[in-house]
Amino acid sequence: MLRLKSTRTALCALGALLAGSVLSSAQAGGTLTIATVNNGDMIVMRQLSTEFEKAHPDIHLNWVTLEENVLRQRVTTDIAMKTGQFDVVTIGNYEVPIWAKQGWLTEIKPDDAYDMNDILPSVREGLSAKGKLYALPFYAESVITYYRKDLFQKAGLTMPEQPTYDQIRQFADKITDKPNQVYGICLRGKPGWGENMAYISSLANTFGAQWFDMSWKPTLTSDAWKATLNWYVSALKADGPPGATSNGFNENLALFASGHCGIWIDSTVAGGLLFDPKQSQVANTVGFAPAPKGPYGKGPTWLWSWSLAVPVSSHQSADAQAFIAWATSKDYVKLVAERKGWVAAPPGTRASTYAAPEYLKAAPFASFVLNAIKTADPNGPTAQPRPYTGAQFVAIPEFQSIGTQVGQTVAATLSDQMTVDQALTSAQASITRALRQSGRAR
Amino acid sequence: MALKTKTSTRIGVTILGWGIALWLFFPIFWMILTSFKSEVQAISTPPKLFFMPTLSSYTEVFERANYWHFALNTVIVSVGATAVAIALAVPAAYSMAFMPSKRTRGTLLWMLSTRMLPPVGVLVPIYILARNTHLLDTCTGLAIVDMLTNLPIIVWMLYTFFREVPAPILEAGRMDGATRWQETTMVLLPLALPGIASTALLSLILCWNEAFWSLNLTSSHAAPLTAFIASFSSPEGLFFGKLSAASTLAVAPILVFGWISQKQLVRGLTFGAVK
Repeated sequence: MLRLKSTRTALCALGALLAGSVLSSAQAGGTLTIATVNNGDMIVMRQLSTEFEKAHPDIHLNWVTLEENVLRQRVTTDIAMKTGQFDVVTIGNYEVPIWAKQGWLTEIKPDDAYDMNDILPSVREGLSAKGKLYALPFYAESVITYYRKDLFQKAGLTMPEQPTYDQIRQFADKITDKPNQVYGICLRGKPGWGENMAYISSLANTFGAQWFDMSWKPTLTSDAWKATLNWYVSALKADGPPGATSNGFNENLALFASGHCGIWIDSTVAGGLLFDPKQSQVANTVGFAPAPKGPYGKGPTWLWSWSLAVPVSSHQSADAQAFIAWATSKDYVKLVAERKGWVAAPPGTRASTYAAPEYLKAAPFASFVLNAIKTADPNGPTAQPRPYTGAQFVAIPEFQSIGTQVGQTVAATLSDQMTVDQALTSAQASITRALRQSGRAR
Repeated sequence: MALKTKTSTRIGVTILGWGIALWLFFPIFWMILTSFKSEVQAISTPPKLFFMPTLSSYTEVFERANYWHFALNTVIVSVGATAVAIALAVPAAYSMAFMPSKRTRGTLLWMLSTRMLPPVGVLVPIYILARNTHLLDTCTGLAIVDMLTNLPIIVWMLYTFFREVPAPILEAGRMDGATRWQETTMVLLPLALPGIASTALLSLILCWNEAFWSLNLTSSHAAPLTAFIASFSSPEGLFFGKLSAASTLAVAPILVFGWISQKQLVRGLTFGAVK
């Protein structure tokens, strides 16, 4: 009898537990849910957001930090199914025009106090579709060359004001000291449209290559693409670190910061991290130069911005717009400078940041970043006319899968599973198939 | 001579056992070690075994996220899903073990086959169901999905344990006038308790570590510890120290719990219900 009683008690407890779990999930009212990634600038925004809440006591901010790819998937699902879980989403300039055309984003209309003309034109254009603005930039990045001044000095080398890829290769050969784990060059090798293919797309542009011709026919078997990939593969094989196919942005950052790379060509956002002695062992010896130029010497380079947008599924669009206007304003930049120091100011978005003498003093790489962003030219011409925009990506929805697939093929060349010619032929065939399936090409 | 061979075999087996144990534990050991390193130490090559430990990663993890909120959600979801799964699996396993039909084996195999489907294959329908029933980002929604995911394994395990209970013991109970409920609660369950306990523990561990549904069906209110860990991965910036600290904090409770109950778990898994 006692056992029977205890069984019933257990069942009651179970019911209470489930009821409790329902109660624990009750949603709060007047809350903005913000989906973001775990980048340093976002963490600062989250810390300082209490100031926004103080100024708007009726708005409570609820933060959801997700891994980059999970964030894309969650936000896509949320918007496509009109769930309305997120009021503000952090997305890149790849997604903004595509999602805007799908009707997934709310048009952003900040008030007159928001100095729109202060935002760098190339960044602003990347967040617009059909003349309307769909996101505000939180920070932006382009591509520059990082190098070790001490290693250059030791090898009797001088970094030119505008290096070429031929020179970079020669420098890398001279710096490489594999017995002491010093590798002349570190480049992204991890497969992915936002990893190795971001760098390779930018490299291809300056080598005179491009993804598609005007009839959306892939051009990966062109001589320019062969030259691009031959340079990339031979440089990494001769002077790169072992296991380069595992190295993305963070892995190369770790290698450079711990003194294992002589040259690293990557996103400008690493400047602040490499310059910070808490995170970098080479803070005193890191040098900066513009991204190298290839045989073509022109073409779009690289432009990425992490931006804040409001999905159409949000039920609190006005409050959400007020928040993103605050987080991307000049006043916010000043607030960061005040609380965290000028070096922590979100880079790459506002001309006023680069006009502040305090910022230029605190961030010696600032002028390189500004120049790289101004000349990124994502909508500019490639060697041959092209039907798409984008610098280190192709601004079409298919690019995520195409880029990742080609990225895997390129990685296979680094690990000697196929030759450059085989990789490009295979990539050409798979892209042709993908574009036919999507109906973009016949 | 025979004694010597026996001793050397025993030593060999002991060394092998320790070797395998250390090999299995090494990733957890390295994670804990990395959690006490600075970000620069965490990425240093070659990796450092000896260093000045720091709690900076833990401090930052606690500053950035409300660990207790995530931990409470995990406990609610894991315990809730396990309790409901056991409550449903006991009668299912009972009927299959003691009243088998010609379709019992087929039903068992069909149940197990649902585990072979990649979860992403049913993401969209489950997401839509959760949305339409207002169970998105709720502990109840996640607990139901976790419970349904683990139910086949739980039924299988309980079925195996129940089959080891001799039918005459249950018959004796019936002869003494026990009802079906009394027969189950007073005879069967006490006999199969080690098996039920180890099954519950396994379910608890599976729910605790479940990441796919946690990341897709929750955002803030019901996010469990797996979402807490994932939030420390960064596309731009060093994060290995903080990620290790978050992971250590997330696995610590279940690790300690598993350690305490390992005797019960091993007994249940190896000896069955009746010795």
